[in-house]
Amino acid sequence: MAETGVWHDYLLPLLLTIGYVLAIAVPMMLAVGALSYVERKVWAAMQLRRGPNVVGPFGVLQFLADGLKMVLKETIIPAGANRALFIMAPIITFSLGLVGWAVIPFDKHLVLADLNVGILYLFAISSLGVYGIIIAGWASNSKYAFLGSLRSAAQMVSYEVSIGFVIVTVLLCVGSLNLNDIVEAQKGLWFFIPLFPMFVIYFISALAETNRTPFDLPEAEGELVAGYQVEYSGISWGLFMLGEYANIILLSGLCTILFLGGWLPPFRVEPFTYVPGVVWFLLKTAVVIFAFTWTRATLPRYRYDQLMRLGWKVFLPASLAWLVLTAAALHLFGWLPEKVAGG
Amino acid sequence: MIIQTIVFYVLAVMTVGSGLAVISSRNPVHSVLFLILAFFNSAGLFVLMDAEFVAMILVIVYVGAVAVLFLFVVMMLDVDFAKLRAGFIQYLPIGAVVGAILLAELILVFASGSIDISKPAKMAMPMPDPAQVQNTEALGNILYTNYAYLFQIAGLVLLVAMIGAIVLTHRARVGVKRQRIADQVARRPKDAVRLTDVKPGEGASWKSD
Repeated sequence: MAETGVWHDYLLPLLLTIGYVLAIAVPMMLAVGALSYVERKVWAAMQLRRGPNVVGPFGVLQFLADGLKMVLKETIIPAGANRALFIMAPIITFSLGLVGWAVIPFDKHLVLADLNVGILYLFAISSLGVYGIIIAGWASNSKYAFLGSLRSAAQMVSYEVSIGFVIVTVLLCVGSLNLNDIVEAQKGLWFFIPLFPMFVIYFISALAETNRTPFDLPEAEGELVAGYQVEYSGISWGLFMLGEYANIILLSGLCTILFLGGWLPPFRVEPFTYVPGVVWFLLKTAVVIFAFTWTRATLPRYRYDQLMRLGWKVFLPASLAWLVLTAAALHLFGWLPEKVAGG
Repeated sequence: MIIQTIVFYVLAVMTVGSGLAVISSRNPVHSVLFLILAFFNSAGLFVLMDAEFVAMILVIVYVGAVAVLFLFVVMMLDVDFAKLRAGFIQYLPIGAVVGAILLAELILVFASGSIDISKPAKMAMPMPDPAQVQNTEALGNILYTNYAYLFQIAGLVLLVAMIGAIVLTHRARVGVKRQRIADQVARRPKDAVRLTDVKPGEGASWKSD
């Protein structure tokens, strides 16, 4: 006979959930800090510089120093700004970077919320990211910030379309919207091999979704000063940065799940299967994040018309064509996932 | 169960409240933001009904795409607030009449008993066991088998609307320099570069050949 009562029915699950959330969010924040350090080191190595090397051994504590600086600096709210929205914008960006992790499976069934529509949830979260930027741009009451946010809105809506088609293509091969099922379906072959063009399109669209070089037009410090961030200072600016990095890690994790087999080991033989799935997942995610860093150190910024051309005239038709091709191949060769074929 | 009830009332009150705020806000940008809040809360209501697919699609399509473009346009509009407010009283009777008609129709439909919420068996399809079939699958099965033609027609209607919007707004401007990638790729050194011996006092000109 199970215990009943308010404690057992409501409070305990609530406390457990809060515990799980903290167990994901706190390492995430540390990862964001570490990423900001690693990224600067990687750029430095690629540009033959030394990067941060003063605070702590090899400069590893640089992110703590940066964080402290951001917290201690004064947050200035411009006189003409819309106060409530101005403060809300970085909070939205930051929290959207975190809530996506609720459905990411780190290992088999090691997930906070095993949603049936997990992939749609992630897609929804990533499509909401534009609000932080567009609200920031408008609430700042500044031309540069507004121009940056308008560019960003157009950019993110455009590239979301191709990400949507990429996700649909993967779903066709899986037959489920559950992230666990998506990883399980790659037991035989990771999807980046049969769906290689979609993998490339996803990666480039993810760069555009996170406003990273070569698609960092919303910031474009050369022409828009810093775009939507121009009026932000102190911790409100810091939240934008943290949110951006959290989003990069999130989309890299999604890339791992969609194309690189999530927690699955690369070869299903002895020495590889000893390593726990979490390690494989984190390693693969780290590789994708490194690619993000690599592109930022290598590529110059796109021009706005080139960005739109790439999104609408190249990626949209290409992903649509590959989607039709995939569907046709699955149907003709009878490769449709069993669950769908049966129903 | 009590938690569900509380959550339902919170979401419902928020939905209606933000709906009211949409029409009563003085700033149109605030109106759109309240509209987004209303979408969110209705998505929450769908989740409560175990219709998680519809909820996610509502967020992706309406909040993630439609409302962004809406916000985009409203932010750039130069709205004269005083003029807008002056018209409010003038249009109030018409709006009230339309609202009253809609409300009366809804009451009539529900009171007539043709929609019986408590009996799902009245639907055209036999209901599968909800525990066996996810609602994504169930929706897909119905939409792409029973209503495939209607679905296709809906798609065509949208396509026509899209093409219509493009045709109406597209204008070919003359005298604009555009980047033509194909031309750039097709360009060869012999079209662009020429080696010449320039004689003193003559200069070089491309067109002399």
